[in-house]
Amino acid sequence: MDTSLVRMDVRHVGDSVAVVDIKGDITAACESVLMSAYETAGAATSRLVLNFGGLEYMNSGGIGMLVTLLVRANRQRQQLAAFGLTPHYREIFELTRLDEAITIYETEEAALAGAAL
Amino acid sequence: MTEHTGSDAVAAAGQAGLDAVASAEQIGLSLREATTAPAPRDAANWATKVDRLQVGARAGVRGTNVDGRRLTGPVQGFGRMLQKSYRMDVGAAIAPTAAIAVWREHFPEFWPAGNKFAGPLTGIRPGEVALLDLSVGGGVKLSTGVMVLYADAESFTLMTPQGHMFAGWITFSAERSDDSTIVQAQALIRANDPLYEIGMMLGGYRKEDQHWIATLTALGHRLGIEAPAVTVEARWVDSRRQWRNAGNIWHNSMVRSMGQTLTGRRRRQAPAA
Repeated sequence: MDTSLVRMDVRHVGDSVAVVDIKGDITAACESVLMSAYETAGAATSRLVLNFGGLEYMNSGGIGMLVTLLVRANRQRQQLAAFGLTPHYREIFELTRLDEAITIYETEEAALAGAAL
Repeated sequence: MTEHTGSDAVAAAGQAGLDAVASAEQIGLSLREATTAPAPRDAANWATKVDRLQVGARAGVRGTNVDGRRLTGPVQGFGRMLQKSYRMDVGAAIAPTAAIAVWREHFPEFWPAGNKFAGPLTGIRPGEVALLDLSVGGGVKLSTGVMVLYADAESFTLMTPQGHMFAGWITFSAERSDDSTIVQAQALIRANDPLYEIGMMLGGYRKEDQHWIATLTALGHRLGIEAPAVTVEARWVDSRRQWRNAGNIWHNSMVRSMGQTLTGRRRRQAPAA
């Protein structure tokens, strides 16, 4: 049973970039939603951009989910980027040192421009 | 789902923000008050950001290899990434919050003999640092520590510093499943350096299992379970080693603890001048 309180919509920007709009809570319960979004983004995507603008809650299980996603992306040689983090969630990324593997941008434009590098 | 370009979305959000400020000004709020977002629901559950751990001496443990160290997550570790879950059914009568309250309150008491967890007087709270002396055999104590990364009513998470045998975190939680409460310790970890990776393959993982099975069993007894049964489930999240982090060996607390043990013995044996 899916008990997650999150919605993730995937947008493709060009041929190689996918943006995942996250709305709701990121916890261990969101694994199936997160991995489904990853599958929707597709193996052909070279860069996955996570939009945390709608993030309402995250616990340590949620950070674990992001680590799992990171491993899957790395395995496919895909880059992971993020934007829309409030100062609170940005601090959590820095505290857990996830920011050393997931590049954080201020805006979607910057994240997409980073994709063009 | 509605598709839109990033610039459209930003422009719309910006306009919405301006509209909100204009409305707020009409009712006498300052710009800062109008634009200050409410604190997230999880704000009190997370530790505040630290660059390096700061901790003083504590009674009962050596207290070395922690102060000044950085935290290490799975991204910073060396070995294969493992998710290991230790679970125990504690029945219907114990609520998840009650189980976690007992676990947080008495955490060190459930550890197997020979291992010491010297936490702060304030207990398991976000940002607090605990000092550990772990029995590794041969009379050697591995001195390291952990920081409380996250804590709420149904879970808490400990994160490791440089030099710890693992890079990652372990989450202790309880949740309702059907009509029962399941308590769990779940680690998401990599061995921190090549030496630890070898050690884990040569019996370290078995010792880790023994530690957490004994811990959960002791918790089960405290919760009134007659014959606690702990199940173990392991899966490799990432079977690749991160060789770029092999240099973590410089901080290896095992090597340093052995040196500290030998130095301590020499000092005790040296004749007084």
